Amino acid sequence: MRFLLILLLSLFSMSAMAEVKEYTLTLRNHKFVPAQLTIPANTKVKLLIVNEDPTPEEFESHELNREKIVTGKGRISVFIGPLKPGKYPFFGEFHMDTAQGVLIAK
Amino acid sequence: MLATLLLVFREVLEAALIVSIVAAATRGVSGRGAWIGGGLVLGLVGAMLVAAFAGGIAEAMSGMGQEWFNAIVLLAAVVMIGWHVVWMARHGRELSMHVKSVGSAVSAGSRPMTALLMVVALAVLREGSEVVLFGYGLLAGGSSVTSLAVGGLLGLAIGVAVGFAMYFGLLKIPMRHFFSATNGLLVLLAAGLASTAAGKLVQADALPTLVETLWDTSWLLTDQSLTGHTLHILVGYTAQPSGIQMLFYGVTVIVLLIGMRLSNPSASKPAAHSPQALA
Repeated sequence: MRFLLILLLSLFSMSAMAEVKEYTLTLRNHKFVPAQLTIPANTKVKLLIVNEDPTPEEFESHELNREKIVTGKGRISVFIGPLKPGKYPFFGEFHMDTAQGVLIAK
Repeated sequence: MLATLLLVFREVLEAALIVSIVAAATRGVSGRGAWIGGGLVLGLVGAMLVAAFAGGIAEAMSGMGQEWFNAIVLLAAVVMIGWHVVWMARHGRELSMHVKSVGSAVSAGSRPMTALLMVVALAVLREGSEVVLFGYGLLAGGSSVTSLAVGGLLGLAIGVAVGFAMYFGLLKIPMRHFFSATNGLLVLLAAGLASTAAGKLVQADALPTLVETLWDTSWLLTDQSLTGHTLHILVGYTAQPSGIQMLFYGVTVIVLLIGMRLSNPSASKPAAHSPQALA
């Protein structure tokens, strides 16, 4: 166990602190605005998700391996990439019928 | 209602499968019902607290509190499972002999039941807090209470039923192999949780991915399919794992196997002379 902890701690200190570009997604009436967002491929970006609805939502994407709750009227940021060029769908798990979107890496 | 049913089912399934493995692994321990029940209650209370403080947790650690919180909860469960499997490696043989001969008369003794209570509690806490937030959101958004209650209860019932099916399926494993099998399941479960924790820390930008996508098996089995989701819970399956996730997975398996090997008295190789160091 001790070995595992030491390994974990040494990995934590390796975190990269480089400047990253920010992109914003807004949740309005349980829909993502814009529903389609283009980001540069092969670069790490920061996605800011602003929830204008009063109820919580969970931003989730299997393709991006991301899952994060954003409270009502709250905002979260999620680091994405560097991604290979392609389409990466995402959705709001609490309102899957309306909250659907796709990230396009070019 | 269907959306509620599906969401509650997905969350309950994860906790139910973990609880069923813990329940099988504690076969023959007297008073285990109280331990598992205690874990469930603790987890439910924790889930409500986490949901109530979701805003505060999210804002902590410069907005990355949720990731850190989840990663710590996941890694705590990994350590608890590790403690248990290493203990079982030492005492499993006598335990399975006792269960065979006298049914369920083995006392908990020095067995680290607290570890498994925590595993149950942490699983329920993680999944339960999402259900609470989801339900709160629907109610606050003006959805009908009846449709929420019916969908939620049905999802809960189906999830619990799958958990029971898993438990009774595990009990069919012959006694001779029983504790090796449940220990093996626990090791893979722990490795999967460690890999998920790594994913959370990548999301928080606290860890590098090493390799963004190590491989992609989504053409074969997607994460969102029922099989993919179940395998994700049980053995940490992900269609597109990152390098760091695989590293966490591998290190967990290797560390636990070494720990079990060193503490197993019957595998008395010359190297295994300091088992105390691991207990």
